[in-house]
Amino acid sequence: MNKSFKPDVNAETVDGGAHVARPHDSAIKHVTGKAIYIDDMAEPAGTLHAYLGLSTRAHARITSMDLARVRAAPGVKLVLTGGDVPGINDISPAGLNDEPVLAEGEVKFYGQPVFCVVAETRHLARKAAQLAQIEYEDLPYATDVVAAIEAGHDHVCTPLTLKRGDVDAGLARAPNRLKGEMRVGGQDHFYLEGHISMAIPGEDDEVTVWASTQHPSEIQHMVGHALGVPSHSVNVQVRRMGGGFGGKETQGNQFAALAAIAAKKLNVPVKIRPDRDDDMSITGKRHDFHIDYDVGYDDDGRILAFDGTFAARCGFSADLSGPVTDRALFHADNCYYYEDVRLASRPMMTNTVSNTAFRGFGGPQGLIGAERVIEEIAYKLGRDPLDIRKINFYGGEGRNLTPYHQTVEDNIIGRIVEELEESSDYQARRKAIVAFNENSPVIRKGIALTPVKFGISFTATWYNQAGALVHVYRDGSLHLNHGGTEMGQGLNTKVAQALAEEFQVDFAMIKITATNTGKVPNTSATAASSGTDLNAMAAVNAARQIKERLVDFASEKYSVPKETIVFEPNRVRVGNQVFSFAEFIDQAYMARVQLSAAGFYKTPKIHWDRATGKGRPFYYYAYGAAVSEVSVDTLTGEYQVDRADILHDVGKSLNPAIDKGQVEGAFIQGMGWLTTEELWWDDKGMLRTHAPSTYKIPLASDRPRIFNVKLADWSENREMTIRRSKAVGEPPFMLPVSVLEAISMAVASIGDYRTCPCLDAPATPERVLMAVERLKAGA
Amino acid sequence: MSSAIRSSIRFLLNDQTVELSGFAPDLTVLDWLRIERRLTGTKEGCAEGDCGACTVLVGRMIDGMLTYESVNACIRFVGSLDATHVVTIEYLNRPDGELAPVQQAMVDLHGSQCGFCTPGIVASLQALWLSDPEPGVKDVERALQGNLCRCTGYEPIVRAALAASKIEPDEDNDRLVRAREETARKLIELADGARVEIDHPEGKTFIPASADDLAEIYEANPKATLVAGSTDVGLWVTKGMRAIAPVIFVGHLTDLQTIEETEEGLKIGAGVSYSMARGAILSQVPQLAELWDRLGGEQVRNMGTIGGNIANGSPIGDTPPPLIALGATLTLRKGSARRTLPLEDFFIAYGKQDRAGGEFVESVTVPAVPEDAHFAVYKISKRRDEDISALCAAFLIELDSDSHVATARIAFGGMAGTPKRATHVEECLIGARWGWTAVQAAQAELENDYSPLTDWRASADYRMRVAQNLLTRFFLETSGAPARLDTSEPLMMEAGE
Repeated sequence: MNKSFKPDVNAETVDGGAHVARPHDSAIKHVTGKAIYIDDMAEPAGTLHAYLGLSTRAHARITSMDLARVRAAPGVKLVLTGGDVPGINDISPAGLNDEPVLAEGEVKFYGQPVFCVVAETRHLARKAAQLAQIEYEDLPYATDVVAAIEAGHDHVCTPLTLKRGDVDAGLARAPNRLKGEMRVGGQDHFYLEGHISMAIPGEDDEVTVWASTQHPSEIQHMVGHALGVPSHSVNVQVRRMGGGFGGKETQGNQFAALAAIAAKKLNVPVKIRPDRDDDMSITGKRHDFHIDYDVGYDDDGRILAFDGTFAARCGFSADLSGPVTDRALFHADNCYYYEDVRLASRPMMTNTVSNTAFRGFGGPQGLIGAERVIEEIAYKLGRDPLDIRKINFYGGEGRNLTPYHQTVEDNIIGRIVEELEESSDYQARRKAIVAFNENSPVIRKGIALTPVKFGISFTATWYNQAGALVHVYRDGSLHLNHGGTEMGQGLNTKVAQALAEEFQVDFAMIKITATNTGKVPNTSATAASSGTDLNAMAAVNAARQIKERLVDFASEKYSVPKETIVFEPNRVRVGNQVFSFAEFIDQAYMARVQLSAAGFYKTPKIHWDRATGKGRPFYYYAYGAAVSEVSVDTLTGEYQVDRADILHDVGKSLNPAIDKGQVEGAFIQGMGWLTTEELWWDDKGMLRTHAPSTYKIPLASDRPRIFNVKLADWSENREMTIRRSKAVGEPPFMLPVSVLEAISMAVASIGDYRTCPCLDAPATPERVLMAVERLKAGA
Repeated sequence: MSSAIRSSIRFLLNDQTVELSGFAPDLTVLDWLRIERRLTGTKEGCAEGDCGACTVLVGRMIDGMLTYESVNACIRFVGSLDATHVVTIEYLNRPDGELAPVQQAMVDLHGSQCGFCTPGIVASLQALWLSDPEPGVKDVERALQGNLCRCTGYEPIVRAALAASKIEPDEDNDRLVRAREETARKLIELADGARVEIDHPEGKTFIPASADDLAEIYEANPKATLVAGSTDVGLWVTKGMRAIAPVIFVGHLTDLQTIEETEEGLKIGAGVSYSMARGAILSQVPQLAELWDRLGGEQVRNMGTIGGNIANGSPIGDTPPPLIALGATLTLRKGSARRTLPLEDFFIAYGKQDRAGGEFVESVTVPAVPEDAHFAVYKISKRRDEDISALCAAFLIELDSDSHVATARIAFGGMAGTPKRATHVEECLIGARWGWTAVQAAQAELENDYSPLTDWRASADYRMRVAQNLLTRFFLETSGAPARLDTSEPLMMEAGE
């Protein structure tokens, strides 16, 4: 809002209120290069730059570490090792003390930070970091999840088992049974802005840290932990990230802690920003999974018993692997009712970087197991997988209980799928594709419709809380602060829209300010798709407190009943009088009304008992479905997505443009996970795909050639969420399972659709060709 | 001709004239912009020219025309900027300060989410908008091949590009158009024909005045690093942290940027970028069209040169296989001495080329495809665009009147330590009737020609299997059967809104 901005006090609706497709609040700054990311901030005088020295062994004892040449390098001011951490040399978000800031004595993955050098420039620090002479004594290692199981590695945290009914009896009873396995690759976040932290020392034990993080409170706690100071001494701020996707939920801890330690030791500001290759080597990724399933089903394809084991490559420490592997189990049913079920997780320790949160948080890996089983049954029975899906959907008498004993109460998958099947002309296109394949020796096509049901809420129930701080200033402008962080998802825009709607003021009256642990304490990570659900509710709660005081004030001052005081667009009606919002606020100020409030929200209804595997971990579910059509070149394994149609449920959207953007973006990102994004470790345990030259995320030209994305505009959340909207960040990430399955169908055409190709993910052209060759050999 | 020697470079940055001296030979444009000029709108995403967050426009005189191209500031060196106009995101809005059409469309159509890739995307789209009045979806996709966005899935960005193309660039909505004549005049003035030598503690930078001057400098400094487009050398610095001094910049040398039709074929100067060569080479060899648009991203094609792609000797360089199959020759120059050799003979072994100290690639001559010959090039990569080949194959055969193979020239990249001809396959085919039997026999011979490696791009198995299958594809295509994915213009706008 510039000074000359005058809100329209005669408007019929506010500009930029709820349910409006307004642009991202920073859109203009984005396109002009004026949006400030941490590396763009003016550096305080004397700022030094830190860089990390990394291990070159997957698992080894450090027998000697000679850093003399590093210390002597030009411009070097300080070299830190694990022993220099003043507090605890640990940043384990799980509280297991299994993740050192800097490794001491033993390294557990290739690329683990072992020292940190601080120099006058980043360039000098980076060059100096190359000069270390470290000797190792190699220890046995396993980087792959199956190899780790074979080597008898420990779990990094306690596994979970979900049970309902008697799966062994169910399997024994079932007329048909299949067993199989699937490998699902991990994924690098590839946020465009890499990790970065800048720490500015203050007086006493104070330090201010600017971090690119989804979880400022955790950065605060970890910095305090590593410095050995209370949380109140650490202030963490984040205005925006250049992408997060889960990769900045815990992974910024290391950088922030080191910047803060160095800043306090030297009493100068210290900034740390790893190069992209180092960022990709040092920070965790989506968990790779190895899924084993044993399933009983009847002749119609109805699943009677499902026994699944989900083993994950967790890396060297727990990080978030516990809740990630839990969530895999929570989604191993997707939309399907299993009569007898047992789902078990195996969070395996591997000698790789510790894997972490990534959009979907294990859910996609669980869901893809369910979809693979459906696909296998369909090929066994010679049916369209869509028929098998429908027959297994939740719904009907006694068919609504999940493996974790939550009842599905808001099921709309039937309607979503029905509408999409119709609007995408699925049946006719499938027939046409089968006919095409009969006459096309080289190019084969496939089509698949896959559904998504995704549970919304942190399964760690206590995380489902949020705070906000709202100030109204005398000129009627508003200051909005909340515990969520902006990483591009439009959270700030949506929260501000909710606030604009609540106060009935134009969006432009609201200033969105950097997330700051000094303004809103004890925040939860902006994660689990929950950002808007939680923080918009907290902001509205703050607004309602202020409004209540304003109503009390006006009712008394003008001697009118409270009901006659109405907040209208940019104005307030008080009985028969109307004041502009600014005028009204100034009156309240003069009457000494408190115009600031701290809002709070906690999600109702949810509870979860991990020990018994029972509860209601999710407040509600979000649904969606996609139809994808692909062409595959059976000579090379190359493919392209010819068309994708999506119908997705975001409840009553707070901002349809932003929500649609989330759906489109998630689809392409999920497609990348399942197609071209391959993490490849060499036999020394070094990740070799650690830059965009080797790690291939989708490009504009990888988009489906026809891409129809629709929000289910009839949907409203049946729960009392913020204006009946639903969370959107993660659920659509799983829609491109349809791409994988469509590729699979194209490949299956080689064997006349009698054999499920059982494509592992990512289905790189190489994996696709090898599946083609397998089917040719089997034919 | 080193009569005049300057000790500074001069170029335009947005609306200013800049004179710089005493800079390091490996100072990147991005670091200079961000750290020294505090122009922080341009971002670093990968520092290897693959993500495009650092995209800026560089204007230069090409054939007397001021041309603005998108380039990667992260791997481009400041020393290459003499007599150019560098334009950053801070200067892309309208002369009146309002949003330019590309920017406005990006806002209106929700083309940014986290915003970090956005300045680079706007720069790439601005270059397209300035150069192509009616882009189709594929043109937009091509312009964006070098730009990664992890948030949007690109759909709104492509729409924004198409929407902006409805508005023509003019003096009111674009600063570059408004100042075009004045800028051209300044650039011509700045290119004063002097050699530039910059001294710095890390080593010396040479900017030769001409190809002759280059020959003289290089002969005197045979250990120097030649930098043309810096799409390879840039990574030696940003990733390998290698010292590259002394450096001789050659990307500006217009006498290495000529394209001539000669009796032997199209003679392309070593300093011709992929973008500059596109028109001429595709009109002579239209079969190269798909490959050409899959070499790097647009920024890399604007910077990278054909000479560089050959001279760096990469086993996975994309131009050598087709050029070898076509029988291209290479002209090398040392001092005033020149020699010409078949391109295939230039590649001796992995990392080793037939190039003496002080000798540089001057030109490559590409013969036309013989009339009635079958010629095809296939690039196979994990991701279709802006990816390094797992393998690249080029097939050229001529059949006699009896459908027997008269000549065969077949070359592969990615299958050995160098780009290399498949001599066993060729021998097996020559004289054989062009049919399934011959193809199958030839496929088996591939194992005698190559023992490919396994790496993160592909396994040895896959490389060999695909190499064999590409022979099938080639055979099918010579018989008119469809054997490739349909990559025609996508239909997005039809089914879109």
